[in-house]
Amino acid sequence: MNNLIVLPVALPLIGAGVCILVGKSRTAQRFVSIATLLAVAAIAVWMVVDVDTNGTLVTQAGGWPAPIGITLVADRFAAMMLVVSAIVLLAVLVYAVGQRDAEGSHVGFHPVYLVLSAGVASSFLTGDLFNLFVSFEVMLTASYVLITLGGTKAQVRAGMTYVVISLLASTLFLAALAITYMATGTVNMADLSGRIAELPEGLRSALGLLLIVVFGIKAALFPLYFWLPDSYPTAPSPVTAVFAGLLTKVGVYAIIRSQTLLIPATDRAGTVLLVVAALTMLVGVFGAISQNDVKRVLSFHIVSQIGYMIMGLGLFTVAGLAGALLYIIHHIIVKTTLFLTAGLIEHTGRTGRLARIGGIARRLPVLSALFLLPALSLAGIPPFSGFVAKLALVSAGLDAGEYTVVAISLVVSLFTLFSMTKIWAGAFWGGSHGDNDQELIIEGRLGTPRVMTLATGSLAALSIAIAVASGPLYRFSERASDDLLHPARYVMEVLGR
Amino acid sequence: MSLLLAFCTATLFSFGTYLVLQRRLSRIVIGIGLLGHGANLTLMLSAGGRGRPVFIGSEGDFTDPLPQALTLTAIVITFGVTVFLLALAYRSWVVSHDDEVEDDVEDRLIASRLAAHVAKEESGEPVPDEVQS
Repeated sequence: MNNLIVLPVALPLIGAGVCILVGKSRTAQRFVSIATLLAVAAIAVWMVVDVDTNGTLVTQAGGWPAPIGITLVADRFAAMMLVVSAIVLLAVLVYAVGQRDAEGSHVGFHPVYLVLSAGVASSFLTGDLFNLFVSFEVMLTASYVLITLGGTKAQVRAGMTYVVISLLASTLFLAALAITYMATGTVNMADLSGRIAELPEGLRSALGLLLIVVFGIKAALFPLYFWLPDSYPTAPSPVTAVFAGLLTKVGVYAIIRSQTLLIPATDRAGTVLLVVAALTMLVGVFGAISQNDVKRVLSFHIVSQIGYMIMGLGLFTVAGLAGALLYIIHHIIVKTTLFLTAGLIEHTGRTGRLARIGGIARRLPVLSALFLLPALSLAGIPPFSGFVAKLALVSAGLDAGEYTVVAISLVVSLFTLFSMTKIWAGAFWGGSHGDNDQELIIEGRLGTPRVMTLATGSLAALSIAIAVASGPLYRFSERASDDLLHPARYVMEVLGR
Repeated sequence: MSLLLAFCTATLFSFGTYLVLQRRLSRIVIGIGLLGHGANLTLMLSAGGRGRPVFIGSEGDFTDPLPQALTLTAIVITFGVTVFLLALAYRSWVVSHDDEVEDDVEDRLIASRLAAHVAKEESGEPVPDEVQS
């Protein structure tokens, strides 16, 4: 049964190949990619149940034993991330099929999208630092193609920034890997866990710093966030949505994994992480307030929200990490929903600029509800998932006695609400600007918004389900973070000693 | 590690860093290439001392084969991505006839509006509450 871990990586790759073979028929491509992602989602759900009851799944690729071969590990944290990412990838694919914009105009969309999902799954499952680098590259190369698929001037300009900054991060990662191998003679994460502690102090901090910088660029931490609001908004809406929901969170996953597993408990830089978290929150939310385009406001919010996750990690307590994990689940779903809604706004209003759209609440009440729900959730208003996640983080912060960062996180929540009301007042209230009233009925010309609304709606419903099921989810996150804070168990499962 | 190769790595990294900081896209691409070479060479050097056989020979000390496998993978990845970057640079030249990496347009728009706002305030003119873009 352990070999099933390979499937979330292998199935999308096979699916991508099939998608190229049937490239002449868009219907066949759609069938193949939706079936593949459905299968991955089903396997991921089975995996999370199995891991939670029977313990960590480990498989050694090619039968080579652990420190030499490539190890795939699914512990609670990885399995949980896999489920959330599979669901989001599926929903966004359905949305893209409904929108037809990027998906319909280019034969490469489906194969590349599937390769992206293989890269994401492989980043979560790998137990080997070098394989993590390869998974990142698979994911990033697919994302380079997706972000520049249209080939327009704006996309090429923004894509260039994105590609160069990601390449720089990858090069640094490679250098970090070389130093790691030179110092310890292994790149297996479980094996490294013990060996890094034996290194001299200077080398340990250099390695820790390099890894934080590398993953911090991918996760858009302060002060390495500047590329994100520039490059994300130009891509087609479904692509932006999946990038916003997933890609930065893969960076956060890598930060949490490396900080808990690789860095020895005595070296944990909790205070540094908390300061970085607070600055990330503040800079992100202030950036969001100053923007005038729906997607750009939301892009700055990604940066701000990353701060909350790092705050949970920076506490280095079970409650803090559990809060961070719950926040990641909530954030991936809600952020993707918001970007899909922003895509719907652009679809109906022809633009995302707040000065040129308005009055959507009157004309399209369903779309307004789809925006309002995740927007209030993101700001942390009570019955929604954001409230539950923030409550967990705040109470963990208070227990740990980190009052400053808790206060900052609460202030940032208020500002988040403020910038959401800015979108609401600009796009949903008021009269419509300009003469795009007659253009509102676009069904048939650019695909059916009904399918797009369905995909967005199911994600919004899922975010409510998270709030309803927050009790079991929080307890699961607690178990997962308990595993994370006791890396000896992970090492035991992988190496058998 | 050989001192000469260590020196090579340092040179590659420093030249690469300098080139990446330029505004011209062609220089950035070359800079990324140099940085990639530097990182690959570092990975190669992590096998340890020089002069040991790869896998030919009867007995004694072999060099560690794992870094070579890792370097090979890394070279292939760097190569593929550099080709993509070159294609993108060509596309950028086709659409804009310029080789320069531009600023974030939206960012400049907001900055210029802020500058106009400040200038108006200083000249004593009444400032509207909501500046339209």
